[in-house]
Amino acid sequence: MPLSIPREEYMLPGHTACAGCGAALSMRYVLKGMGPKSALAIPACCWSIIPGEFPYTALKIPMLQTPFAAAAAAISGLREGLDAQGKEDYNVLAFAGDGGTADIGLQGLSAAMERGHNVLYVMYDNEAYMNTGIQRSGSTPFGAWTTTTPVGLKRNYKRENKKFVADLMIAQNVPYVATATIAYPEDLSRKVAVAKSIKGPKFIQILSPCPPGWFFNSADTVKISRLAVESKVFPLYESKNGKFALYKPAKTASISDYLSLQGRFGHLREEEVRLIEEAVEKRWSSLLEKEQN
Amino acid sequence: MAILPITSVSSATKEMASWRTSKPVIEYSKCTRCEICWKFCPDVAIDLVIDPDLKSPSDRFKTLEAPVIDYNHCKGCGICAAECPFGAIEMVREEV
Repeated sequence: MPLSIPREEYMLPGHTACAGCGAALSMRYVLKGMGPKSALAIPACCWSIIPGEFPYTALKIPMLQTPFAAAAAAISGLREGLDAQGKEDYNVLAFAGDGGTADIGLQGLSAAMERGHNVLYVMYDNEAYMNTGIQRSGSTPFGAWTTTTPVGLKRNYKRENKKFVADLMIAQNVPYVATATIAYPEDLSRKVAVAKSIKGPKFIQILSPCPPGWFFNSADTVKISRLAVESKVFPLYESKNGKFALYKPAKTASISDYLSLQGRFGHLREEEVRLIEEAVEKRWSSLLEKEQN
Repeated sequence: MAILPITSVSSATKEMASWRTSKPVIEYSKCTRCEICWKFCPDVAIDLVIDPDLKSPSDRFKTLEAPVIDYNHCKGCGICAAECPFGAIEMVREEV
């Protein structure tokens, strides 16, 4: 059979991600799209430990470890340094988790996008600080259990809504913004290829399900990622030079199908599920409106 | 010259088999070589090889690349078994 995604692997086996890790799949597909002439910066996140302990590395391309808030600043510097050496054919990308993007790295990201460096910033969204032990982040969805929103008798689940960083990037007029998820590798590697062809700042947000953090069977990683799109919880869209396109899934699923597979939503009552459904519906119609304008 | 903290040893030299509690076993007589398991493996632990000795549903599949699991690196997550559209992969519990 002809392969639907590039054959070359730039991520090696033997990395230390958990079994069924969505972030490992994200990295695999992103690097397939970017190719060997790339340089990577990773802030504190799961991926700062996944390549392995010294002297091992699981990546075939050079990688720079940066402080938590500095991924976007580091890629700005890498880009300008490579350009000064005349190596303009190299791609520079950051690969950061949702904590390092939505919370701690947001000002650095916003500034790098505003300065307009020719870089790609990939946010792999596992919806909490998974590396340090499942603490809530700005990107954790409403209703989720985390160790800092432990539910308990007072039902202290996360009360705030998810911050959609890709929407913020569109508001900032970044030339290319896309959301993707690992259940659709062809779509993901196509979006990375489009990002590679554009000169200027690019941003891709990838939903990466996390088996230990979301409490589900590691075999269901791809299934949950697919359900997130089919239930419209995580809409896939693309904004290229201000032109917005929303993917309408051919097959739809109910939100409770998506929630019921995950232990982090196990405590939710019917009325709370209804609140989530309303929020998802509202966001979907606002995205449809955005597409028409 | 200063010693720089640069990693250089490939992680592929490490063994990850001890992480596994069950292992995927491919039933080649059901495998149509669609490579979906290869596509979704988070550990890059599925190799594609042409091996006419492997079984297949019919002879026309024998010339195609077949997935072969690299048991040194498979962590046994079970995504390949869950995503296989033909039910050709079974998870078998590891004996200690």
